[in-house]
Amino acid sequence: MSVDRGREGLPFGVADAPGAIYVSIAPHSIVGAHDLVLHWPCMMATLEHTGSRVACFHCGLDCPELPETADGHAFCCAGCQAVYLILQDARLGTYYSRDESPGQRPTLGDKSRFAYLDSPEIVDSLLEYTDALRRRITLHIPAIHCASCVWLLENLHRLNPAILRSVTNLSTRRVTILYDRTQASIRVIVELLARIGYEPDIRLDSLGERTCRSTSWQLYAKIGVAGFAFANVMLFSLPEYLSKHGLGEGGISTTFRLASLILALPVLLYSAQDYFRSAWAGLKARRVNLDVPLALGIGSLFLRSAYDVLSGSGPGYFDSFTGLVFFLLAGRVFQQKSFEWLSFDRDYRAYFPLSCLRRERGCDLAVPITRLKPGDRIVVRHQELVPADAILISGQGRIDYSFITGEADLQDVESGVRVYAGGRQVGEAIELEVLREVSQSRLVSLWSSPAMVREAGAAVPTVADAAGRYFTLAVLLIAVATALFWYWADPSRMIWIVTSVLIVACPCALALSRPFALGTLVRIWGRQRLYVRGIEIADAMARIDDVVFDKTGTLTQAPQASVSFVGPAPSEYDKQLIGSLARHSTHPLSRQLSAVLESSRLLPVSEFKDVAGQGVSGVVDGHTVHLGNRDWAWFGEGDDGMSKSDRNSQVVYVGFDCRPRGFYLLGAVYRERLEDTISRLRRDYRVSVLTGDNARDAERLKATLGEGVSIAYEQSPHNKLDHVAALQTEGRNVMMVGDGLNDAGALHVATVGIAVTEDTSAFSPSSDGILDATRLPLLPQFLGTARRVRRVVYASFAVSLLYNVVGLSFAVTGHLSPLVSAILMPVSSVSVVLFASLGARLAARREKSA
Amino acid sequence: MQVVVVLLIASVVVAAGFLVAFLWSARRGQYDDLDTPPVRMLYDDIKAGEKPVTPAPSPKSE
Repeated sequence: MSVDRGREGLPFGVADAPGAIYVSIAPHSIVGAHDLVLHWPCMMATLEHTGSRVACFHCGLDCPELPETADGHAFCCAGCQAVYLILQDARLGTYYSRDESPGQRPTLGDKSRFAYLDSPEIVDSLLEYTDALRRRITLHIPAIHCASCVWLLENLHRLNPAILRSVTNLSTRRVTILYDRTQASIRVIVELLARIGYEPDIRLDSLGERTCRSTSWQLYAKIGVAGFAFANVMLFSLPEYLSKHGLGEGGISTTFRLASLILALPVLLYSAQDYFRSAWAGLKARRVNLDVPLALGIGSLFLRSAYDVLSGSGPGYFDSFTGLVFFLLAGRVFQQKSFEWLSFDRDYRAYFPLSCLRRERGCDLAVPITRLKPGDRIVVRHQELVPADAILISGQGRIDYSFITGEADLQDVESGVRVYAGGRQVGEAIELEVLREVSQSRLVSLWSSPAMVREAGAAVPTVADAAGRYFTLAVLLIAVATALFWYWADPSRMIWIVTSVLIVACPCALALSRPFALGTLVRIWGRQRLYVRGIEIADAMARIDDVVFDKTGTLTQAPQASVSFVGPAPSEYDKQLIGSLARHSTHPLSRQLSAVLESSRLLPVSEFKDVAGQGVSGVVDGHTVHLGNRDWAWFGEGDDGMSKSDRNSQVVYVGFDCRPRGFYLLGAVYRERLEDTISRLRRDYRVSVLTGDNARDAERLKATLGEGVSIAYEQSPHNKLDHVAALQTEGRNVMMVGDGLNDAGALHVATVGIAVTEDTSAFSPSSDGILDATRLPLLPQFLGTARRVRRVVYASFAVSLLYNVVGLSFAVTGHLSPLVSAILMPVSSVSVVLFASLGARLAARREKSA
Repeated sequence: MQVVVVLLIASVVVAAGFLVAFLWSARRGQYDDLDTPPVRMLYDDIKAGEKPVTPAPSPKSE
């Protein structure tokens, strides 16, 4: 992985400045475990300031002008400083010794938000193990990203002696904690983790979730058994091949052959059982998949060999048999590359918090949201989600629905008005009365619509399945033809030759080419931060001919990320002035501005003026402040220095004391290189945009996307789902690219649904793949690579078929000796594996340079 | 030549020993997490709390 150069916004920012380098890891940076090893050299760089910029010693973010300090280190906030002091007190300073700024800025919040962890019902569902003294719990902590995290989390016992042992898993980002139940509770542990910046992510859908470890260890065990048998059978077969006349009919030869048979039995019964099962399941569903000829080949190989050995007519093909199963299983392991720290199957339950505050007789109590009943009074604070459809009772509701409807603007809600589940409150705490249970809310209805329930087993047919059908047909035809010929020519040799045909026609190489080509592709994509669910998605990506985008959050950046100031950088005091004035305005742009400047202290405003269509002004702390359009706040001064690309975004001009001060760029800022991305996509695909937002910036959107891109506004989540489904009934293969819960339906029904996210540890709706938002411009390249790799798969199909033809020519003429088979089988497997994986690598490189 | 049978049994027994060791380790979760152990050993030399290791406040390095 390369180190991204840039000052801000990138997970790894390396700022060059004379004499000093610093490396910062932003919180929530998206780092795969595999990236880490490559990064250490750059982490050796020294953390120090570059000019006026000082990176926080704990988390690496920029410090304010007067940073908090401790022991001569600078910190960006009191939270980071507190974590540092806690760790120093516990003599855990080693945390800072390897990776620079490994820490996470602790989330500030009311301690009572963990009160729900006192409820025995929730505790029970979280516990993995419990006895009279000890309890064990596994927590998902998205912030885990580096060696320092692992070290700190495994030394938790120094922070709280009641924690007996903690084991971190870097690839799944989970910590298993064993603690003394008489000394600590889950709540105490979670609060400790939150205090040091590692707040666990406890969600409704993770309750009762158990990792299915058994399947993965079983696969390793199967490979182990097959490998063991393969190696030993080869050893036993070698004398047979080397001596000119075999070992004769003596006792030694029979012993070797019988030993081979015994070793091959567990391979047939245990290691290869999945192939028989899958073939049988396919036949039962009247679908011929590639496992049918595989099972046929494996089965006849074993039976024929067993017959040869038991009847004493030959040594059998046990070496080919065990080797074949071994290679096939290796392919299966290779294709199982999974991005364990991501979850692709999140539904609304993962989005909601576990609990909310219920107000009963004047006191607020945390309750699990599943227990909310109509009529309950609940309190929702700043930045919290509304858990169920409800009516606002008191407080000023300003609800952000962007994630669930796609509307970009905050909605003002007065008391007595209905608020929908999934909205996020911005501003003061509000009190609501629940109308419907969580599972009955409007948001959740999307998941119960029939289109969302895609029946299991109705997966998209893959290239391999199609190949399997023709292949099986061809094999059976050849076998029958051979049988007829030999029945006429020499009936005594018929069975022998027909089994040879079935053996050699076994599409082992064919079955290996797909997992290795596509598995390589999935790995390459993973390094480029497109994480897909499995190799069948890589397959489907090659068939796409229609690309549908969501707008808010997908083509545009999240609102908070898009605010930037142009002009002399405002000081903290300036921000207070602007924020205090913006707070009083109801205009959506002022809202966004005040949301960004929120942390500032608010000052009283006098002589407030609001002129519709122009802007607002007021006197704050003795300064006249103007916010508004150019006419309002630029006072007829000359050039504002706005660049061409800035004109694409919404602008708020700022004037201080009747002099222009600069301007904020905000609102929908389109992602980098969007025009280029769309125009490249349009060359090969039909592109359309579905947005839940209104047509406010229709012109700009059109100008950015270019002609020929159809745009539909004010689309509800159900509309989006229907739109994609309609395209599919036209026979098109649709890729949906979206980000929010409002896209969940469309993502689900689309041939391939890709969720775009700025933070892979945050919630993203159920999808086939997760794409890091900064890599959106690579989308045409991803699709192009998928197409190229599909050609590689076809080519390696051709190569493996060639081997089958060569083998068949031996078989139909009756010359398939065990030695020929023992040479042909590994040569074909290994060469196809090499061809497929190198071909996929080459294809990806070609596409990149194209 | 019958001694070959003894060797054969011996070789299979040794190989089976390795197989059992492999199965045991797979079952015990040795292959569940391939990312953390290589990182964990980086701290093996440092016992927590033995010395308060803190890098010097501002080590200027070119």
